[in-house]
Amino acid sequence: MKHIKTLNKANLKESAAKGGCGECQASTVANQKC
Amino acid sequence: MIHTYELNGYHILLDVNSGAVHLVDKLCFELLSYLTPPLSERCPDAALTALGGKYPKADIVACYDELYRLYTDGLLFSEDSYAQFADQMVSSPVKALCLHIAHDCNLRCSYCFASTGDFGAGRKLMPAETGKKAIDFLLKRSYGRRNLEVDFFGGEPLMNFDAVKEVVAYARSKEAEYGKNFRFTITTNGLMLNDDSIDFINREMSNVVLSIDGRREVNDRVRARVDGSGSYDAIVPKYRRLVEARGDRDYYVRGTFTKYNLDFSKDVFHLNELGFDQISVEPVVAPATAPYALTEDDLPAIFAEYEKLSRELIAREKAGRGFNFFHFMLDLDQGPCAIKRLRGCGCGNEYVAVTPDGDIYPCHQFVGMEDWKMGSVLTDTLDLEKKDLFARTNIYSKPECQACWAKFYCSGGCNANSLQYAGSITKPHRLSCELEKKRLECAIMIKAALSE
Repeated sequence: MKHIKTLNKANLKESAAKGGCGECQASTVANQKC
Repeated sequence: MIHTYELNGYHILLDVNSGAVHLVDKLCFELLSYLTPPLSERCPDAALTALGGKYPKADIVACYDELYRLYTDGLLFSEDSYAQFADQMVSSPVKALCLHIAHDCNLRCSYCFASTGDFGAGRKLMPAETGKKAIDFLLKRSYGRRNLEVDFFGGEPLMNFDAVKEVVAYARSKEAEYGKNFRFTITTNGLMLNDDSIDFINREMSNVVLSIDGRREVNDRVRARVDGSGSYDAIVPKYRRLVEARGDRDYYVRGTFTKYNLDFSKDVFHLNELGFDQISVEPVVAPATAPYALTEDDLPAIFAEYEKLSRELIAREKAGRGFNFFHFMLDLDQGPCAIKRLRGCGCGNEYVAVTPDGDIYPCHQFVGMEDWKMGSVLTDTLDLEKKDLFARTNIYSKPECQACWAKFYCSGGCNANSLQYAGSITKPHRLSCELEKKRLECAIMIKAALSE
């Protein structure tokens, strides 16, 4: 694309369906790892 | 919902509900202001008319076609479908403890939210037996969770180092029996570090937070000993020794900036020049009446400082001299799942604090607020009504958060700050929100700059 460069592979919606296992570290939440 | 902004010459478009981040050109940036969903296949006439005098029509149409492709791919103006998951929020197992191993401290930091170490309840140390009861509580209340976390906190944890060692040994002795993996962390002011405690911390602690505010004069102005003398000269050599011996295990040198050092990027770079590459320097949280408190009047200066820090971090990264600044950490491809983003920090639900007396509070910042006491590890009691209240406190139960573009990054912010400074755990603290949004804009911009 000439006008737009997408910087990431967005998967937030996918992660809502698959996520929530709760094994991640208790925590800015966005810098936590799955 | 989308968020667009221009920073450091970059035009950035964030699609909030998908998490997609796009770097766009100036035409695209301007065109977006004429678009509202649902989009049709054809570029709106209003946009063609408004931008026609500035850009060739063919370029506007081509740009719109690219945006429309993102729209049909679910990466622009994507729907908010997460409320259904918020409705399913239920109490989770407890998986993390903040263990207040010492309500005493050998520093008298002027901004300490713990009332210089005792949380306003008198100076005391946690008996090791109470710490073991807390471990028993966690083993029982964590149910199927394998990864459990215990943070040794205070006050100054090293003032009760023998109890720290005893509690760690006790927890380790239970791991195989219960099928658990304990991860310990510790936050220290560094004064009591010695060869013994450094060896122990580097062996047992998966993360260590080393408190220091930056330049000597900045640090010593607020982080003074009981006799008023500074702490900088005593702690820097100890931190260097600990980090050098730690190898590649996690650590942070962690500072607080106040109204006294709004030029805090100098403190960040000073810490880097001391040899540290995992750095966090964060805004003080304090009542607006405190002389060192940050207020909304300070926001322009703080924003400018974050931008300055961003530009320098980009330059250093490109020159191969980069380092990690905690509040600019952002994993755009993965990061936490949407459920975690809805839940936030988990305080009062997945995460609780335990005082030296064994009392349980939603988190370390609630300690001392009697109305929020949740039980005791000594009697194995936990107020499930309060726990449920926190379990249901998420970005969809906070009206102001629902309309905010940053909601999946801050997850509704800190409940304790909300309560203390906005009066309710469901009402966000505006100053914290503004700072968080600025940091996110900078963090995303850094990603854009480094993607070139």
